[in-house]
Amino acid sequence: MEKATAPSNHNNKPKKPRGQVSISSERCKGCGFCVAFCPTGALEMSEGYNAKGYHYPELANPEKCSGCDLCGMYCPDFAICGARVPWSEAASAVTKE
Amino acid sequence: MTQATADACEQITSKTEEFVRSDRMPHIWCPGCGIGTTVNCFTRAIEQCGVDLNKLAIVSGIGCTGRVAGYLNLDSFHTTHGRAIPFATGLKLSNPDLKVVLYSGDGDLIAIGGNHFIHAARRNLDITVICVNNFNYAMTGGQVAPTTPIDAIGTTAPYGVCERSFNLPFLADSCGAVYVARWTAFHVRQLTKAMVEAVNKRGFSFVEVITPCPTLYERRNRLGDGLARMEWYKENSVIKHDADTRECDIDFQGKIVCGKFVDKEDVPSLLQKRNQKTEELRVKGIACD
Ligand SMILES: Cc1ncc(C[n+]2csc(CCOP(=O)(O)OP(=O)(O)O)c2C)c(N)n1
Ligand code: SF4
Ligand code: SF4
Ligand code: SF4
Ligand SMILES: [Mg+2]
Repeated sequence: MEKATAPSNHNNKPKKPRGQVSISSERCKGCGFCVAFCPTGALEMSEGYNAKGYHYPELANPEKCSGCDLCGMYCPDFAICGARVPWSEAASAVTKE
Repeated sequence: MTQATADACEQITSKTEEFVRSDRMPHIWCPGCGIGTTVNCFTRAIEQCGVDLNKLAIVSGIGCTGRVAGYLNLDSFHTTHGRAIPFATGLKLSNPDLKVVLYSGDGDLIAIGGNHFIHAARRNLDITVICVNNFNYAMTGGQVAPTTPIDAIGTTAPYGVCERSFNLPFLADSCGAVYVARWTAFHVRQLTKAMVEAVNKRGFSFVEVITPCPTLYERRNRLGDGLARMEWYKENSVIKHDADTRECDIDFQGKIVCGKFVDKEDVPSLLQKRNQKTEELRVKGIACD
């Protein structure tokens, strides 16, 4: 088990809570609403294709995501959502096997 | 994305997911269709208005929008085409404690179901009507509806429509609706708020949502894909709360007036009036149960 640690800024203080997104790439139909209407520009369309042949989004700039869930409000296919995750929780959430 | 980020993502579940039948996903709606976006707003709205989910019923007619009833993991009814309002009327009058929300298309509610719509508004029946207006009969292949803007092209009007279309906020308002709002699928936050207000309103409340149908309406009229349409809504909507509903007509590619137009207090709803009458008769010793 390896524990991920919260990134810190140059003062070594923990960063304020940040956003995370969850993407169900197989549900995505590639409409691009999430990428276009994300207020911080955190998302980009990936180069990859899902089984149906659509490009799906990826969190290209994780540090920009505020967790506002606007992507989750726009996505007509219920394929993406965002949430605010305190770094303490994010750190435990990202515990890897 | 790093592995750590990917794993953290799995911990997050969408608000919508709590209210939809996940086993029926992916849904049938086309890429860039706006109906799913309105469902995101609706799921957040029902969470925000704090309505008891055991006392909430969703009623749809037939059409692409009519599928909403089947996808929501709530007590929902997929009725026959045009008859969502008659079904909802019986449901509400026999179970006055239920919150009854109609979720259907412009064709279903305003064409074949138009007569029911005007009378439910006139009676101030205690229901909420959410009308997804994509300017055509989408499910059957893009035929002209009473909401298709004049000059727009539809399967049944290859050279453009010659009839004027209904202005739905004006129709609802003039028939007596106590709450009337219009938004587009682009206005997700405002739409959610309008849905909350409409569901909490006593009497006949009406929310129109202008929504892309990129496969039929937008394609036939060469208006681009769903995203192009959403961006067009963003640029071409004019927010005018309390606007005179007579001035909310939609012309082909004209500005779309959005906002809350009607929010009346103190108009007795059909159920209030019925209960009052029953009480008066009871006092006089006339049983009418
Ligand atoms: C009695 C009857 N007449 C006609 C039809 C065919 N029909 C199915 S859906 C539909 C129109 C749907 O349009 P709308 O309500 O706007 O829904 P949309 O598909 O655009 O969301 C029609 C005419 C039917 N199912 N039943
Ligand atoms: S949660 Fe907000 S900031 Fe993060 S990707 Fe989604 S829309 Fe962008
Ligand atoms: S909004 Fe949804 S369906 Fe559209 S590209 Fe983003 S994830 Fe895919
Ligand atoms: S036909 Fe139009 S309304 Fe129906 S699912 Fe496709 S885009 Fe949506
Ligand atoms: Mg329609």
